[in-house]
Order: sequence, then structure tokens, then C-alpha cells
Amino acid sequence: MKAETQQVQAMDGGLPLPTKLAERASLGKRIWRNWELYLFVAPALVYFILFHYLPMYGIQIAFKNFMPAKGVMDSPWVGFAHFERFFNSYYFWDLIWNTFGISLYALAVGFPLPIILALAFNEAKNGWFKKSVQTVTYAPHFISVVVMAGMIITFLSPSSGIIVKIMEWVGIDAPQFLTDPRWFKTVYVLSDVWQSAGWGTIIYLAALAGVDPQLHEAAIVDGASRFKRVLHINLPTIVPTITIMLILNMGNILGVGFEKILLLQNSLNMESSDVISTFVYRTGLVDAQYSFSTAVGLFNSVINAILLILVNRIAKRTSETSLW
Amino acid sequence: MNLANSAIKASRGDRLFMFGVYLFLAVALVVVLYPLIYILSASISSPKLVNAGDMWLWPKGITWDGYTLVFQNSKIWTGYLNTIIYTVLGTALNLAVTLPAAYALSRSDFVGRTLFVIIILVTMFFNGGLVPTYLVVKDLHLINTMGALILPVAVSVWNLIVARTFFQTTIPRELQEAAQIDGCTNLRLFTRVVLPLSFPIIAVMALFYGVAHWNSYLPSLLYLNDAAKYPLQMVLRQILVLQEMTAETTGAAISGDIAKAMNSKAETASLLKYAVIVVSTLPIIAVYPFLQRYFVQGVMIGSVKG
Repeated sequence: MKAETQQVQAMDGGLPLPTKLAERASLGKRIWRNWELYLFVAPALVYFILFHYLPMYGIQIAFKNFMPAKGVMDSPWVGFAHFERFFNSYYFWDLIWNTFGISLYALAVGFPLPIILALAFNEAKNGWFKKSVQTVTYAPHFISVVVMAGMIITFLSPSSGIIVKIMEWVGIDAPQFLTDPRWFKTVYVLSDVWQSAGWGTIIYLAALAGVDPQLHEAAIVDGASRFKRVLHINLPTIVPTITIMLILNMGNILGVGFEKILLLQNSLNMESSDVISTFVYRTGLVDAQYSFSTAVGLFNSVINAILLILVNRIAKRTSETSLW
Repeated sequence: MNLANSAIKASRGDRLFMFGVYLFLAVALVVVLYPLIYILSASISSPKLVNAGDMWLWPKGITWDGYTLVFQNSKIWTGYLNTIIYTVLGTALNLAVTLPAAYALSRSDFVGRTLFVIIILVTMFFNGGLVPTYLVVKDLHLINTMGALILPVAVSVWNLIVARTFFQTTIPRELQEAAQIDGCTNLRLFTRVVLPLSFPIIAVMALFYGVAHWNSYLPSLLYLNDAAKYPLQMVLRQILVLQEMTAETTGAAISGDIAKAMNSKAETASLLKYAVIVVSTLPIIAVYPFLQRYFVQGVMIGSVKG
């Protein structure tokens, strides 16, 4: 994204004047010469307009009482009524707490693990062992969320689940993982870590490949231990990548994995499993309260955007690494 | 003397550290591998032993009934067939829309490309949300059609950027300029020069999009209401999640004969469950080790841009 803004700048004022004039003069020619390229992007643009910008235009129903017969344009305005109803509802703080709770829990546990795993991969000698660990830990990434939810339910079943059985053998009383609200967030987060920690290492391994070997040679001469070298050479090298990943994660903090939560939700764990996105789905598409649901969704997007901008600004000020 | 001493000490510390590293990787391997092996073993073991916890690693009381049940279940087969159709057509559409656009956006002499890129990137951070998108799909008369499953996901911004980065960095500019001087049109340039040099990115794109289609269930949950059109994942949801959840949440209150009847039903259900997980996930897990290189490459090209 950084490169993008630089290109914008270059186009606006980076070129010396004569070239700019020359290019201006031939603008029509330059467009005409590549007319086919416009046909190349046309289908993609049509897609983005239809399925992204048209829905954005439809967000106005958050401030209206949408009536299907009248359409988006002609439905009557109601101002912030839907937002007020949402803010004043008894479930508002539950939803906020659950959404933030699950995200921050997932971030605290799920974010450091791929980094540690990548550092470990990087230390291990290239060979069959490392390769098999990588292949195996990457594999769960390709399991669909439906199968994942099915596996969770199967493994944690109080009557036959193997995890419950193993806990029994060890002598621990297994809790009601799926129906006890206190356990929902842990089940969600740990299964997520199982599924995505391995795949998450790839991006860090790519960054680790760029470590300058001379730094290590110099450190060895100075008598630095392996652990010290990982801590003071490898880790600092991937800090920019870590920062970017952290910003992206923070910007998505209210967008927690809606698909899996929807599948694992039941009437008994609802009080800790209902998050904003599942609430939007239920009110919007199950109960058909289109305007209200859109308002809640818009609130969610706005908070997300604010968080993203905020974290990006903090990162820029403290580390000079940022998205834009 | 002193120096040599410290060198030995350091190497002992290093050996301990390396032991820790390998131990950590071994633990990771076991933790990730165990559930996968368990599912495979359970799919060919006697459900009685599985449910009692007697089967905990390798298959016991081997039976293929689970797979027979899967083969006899017409819902699963309809779902499988639907998924194959959606995946093939959906991926073809994805490639047909993504690759030309990515190529055009990779050309520095393409007037207006910055504007197009901005238009596309904005959608990564802001979208209309569930209901407005649903209303658009409805207004386009796509509800309950295959179009609802493949058109709203015709392009992934992430994949588009990855492909564009690939074209920008791997296809030599000089080659394109030379072809243009020879009077080659952009269309010919793309189909005859660029695409033949782009096998890796075509593979990466096809894999990313294909896996996404294969595993997707949300669009069908939102937009399909005819069960005959359900893809495999919706059938799996019925078998693995909905039925199981009701069993878990209501199971406690039942006793006696009903429980016995339910038990034998539960055994069949559990056989089917493991077998269907294997049958639905195997196509991807089985090909993946051979294609791992391409998947990893895709993520890496993406991260360069990051």
C-alpha cells in the first residue's frame, strides 16, 4: 500500500515539467494505445461496483425504515433511531464484551505462537523432520470451517469425545465445553490456534529468509549464544512484519470469525458466544429487520475503521512501520 | 584457556537450546497430527469402541461400514457433485476476471491504473455489510441460483494484488516492449507472451480460489433455500453440526429404551460422521503436500507487497 501512495505522488508532482507537458499532450494517444487494457479491467470493475459499491450505497437504509416494496431510495428516513435502539438495548454491552473478549483472547494466544514457531523452524536444520513438521502444521489450514466445527463438537462431546476421555484418564473432571458459556471463548480460540498457527508462520519465514548471515557470523565471533542471536538478530529482523500483522489484526478486531461462531453457537452458550456479526445475521436475515441489522453492521464497520487508523497511527509514531 | 572454556560452555548452552527447539517442534507435530490420525482411525473403527474411548490412536475393530453409509447417502453425493460444479465454474470465472485485470494493473503505461487500484483497495477496508449485500444479490435475481455462489466472490482483492505483484516483478518489461515494437497487440501480448510465462501464478490462483470454493458454506447459507442445490459443506453442516448439537443439548434428559434406540442410531451417525469428514476433506489434504510449494509461494508473493 505504501508503494501505491508513492505512485500517486509521482503522478501528481514527481515528474519534471517538460516530460509532464509531453505526456499531457499525448494523454489521449496513451489511452488509445492501450484500449484493450481497459477491457481487461472492465469485468473486475463491474464486479467491484455491483457487489461492493452498490451495497455501500445501500447502507443508507441504516438511517431509514426499509420497506422492500418501496426500495432503498424511497423508504422513509428515520435518522439515528436504529442506532439509539441498539445502544439502549439490554444486549448491547454483552455483544460488545463478547466480541472484544473473543478477539483479544484470540490475539493474545494466537498472535505470538506463529512467531515463536517460525523462529523455531528457522533454527531447525533443513531435513525430513523439519519438512514433515511444516507440512503437517500447515495442513489444518485447508480444513473447512464446517468440518472444523464438526471436529470440535465430536472431540468435546461429553459422552464420547476423545478429549473428554483423555481428561478422564488423567483424572480431571471435564467441563461441559460446548454448553457451558464460560468455556466457549477458550474452545473457540484454542481450536483456531490449532488450525492456523502453522500456516501463519509462512509470512514470518519469508521475512526470516532476509536475515543477513554476516550479522550471525559477527555475533558468533563475539561469542553470542544461539538463543541470544535469535533474540537479538532474528527477532528484530521480523519486527516490521510483526507490526504490519498486528495492525491488520487490530483493524479486524470486531470482525471475529463469524462463520465458526455461528456453527458452534447453541441456546445454552449464547450468553458468551453471541457477537456483533452473528447478531447482525440473526436480526437481518433470520428476523428480516433489514434496517436495524444494517445499522448494527455499520456501527461495527465504523469502529473497525477507527481502530485500524488509530493503531496504524500509533505504529507509525513508535516504529516507523505502518500500512500507509 | 579461558576462551576455550567459554566456547565449550556456549556450545553446551546451544545444544540445550537446540534440544528445546526440537522438543517444541515435536510437541507441535504431535498436537496437530493427533486429531487428524484419530479421525482417520475412527472412520474405519467399530463405533462402539470409538465412542467408549477404547480406540484412541490406531483403528480397532476395523469396519468399512462408515464409507458404505457415505456412498449410500444420496444427499452427500448430490452435495459432492454440486460442490464440484461450483468449484470448477467458480474458479474458472475467478481466473478469467482476476488475471486480465491483474495484468492490466501491473502495466505502468496504463493510464488510470492508480485510480482503479484505489477503487479496488477501498473495498478491502470498508464494505456494505451483510444486509445491503444480500439486497443487491436479491435485486439481481440471484437468490437460489448458482450465480449467488460464484458472482459475489468473483474477485478476491488479496489474490488480485498477489497476481499483479507477480506480473510486475517476474515478466521482464523489455520482453513486453520488444513484443509491442513488433506490432503485437495487448491481447496477443497477454495470451501469447505473458500467460505462458505465468504458470506458477495461475496455479497459485487456481489453488487459492479452488480451495475457497470447496470449503465455502456461508454464501449457500445466505442465498440458497433449495436443498437440492446445497454444496457439500451445507450437507456436512447438517450431519456434523446441527444433528450433533441437538444431540448434545437435549441428550441429557432421555433415559431407558429411548436412550438405547438413540444409542444405536448414534453409533451409525458417528460412523457416518468420521467417514464423511475424511471423504470431504481428503481431496484437498491429499493433493496439498504436492502443491504446498505453490501455496507457500502465493503467500510469499503477497507478503512482499504487505
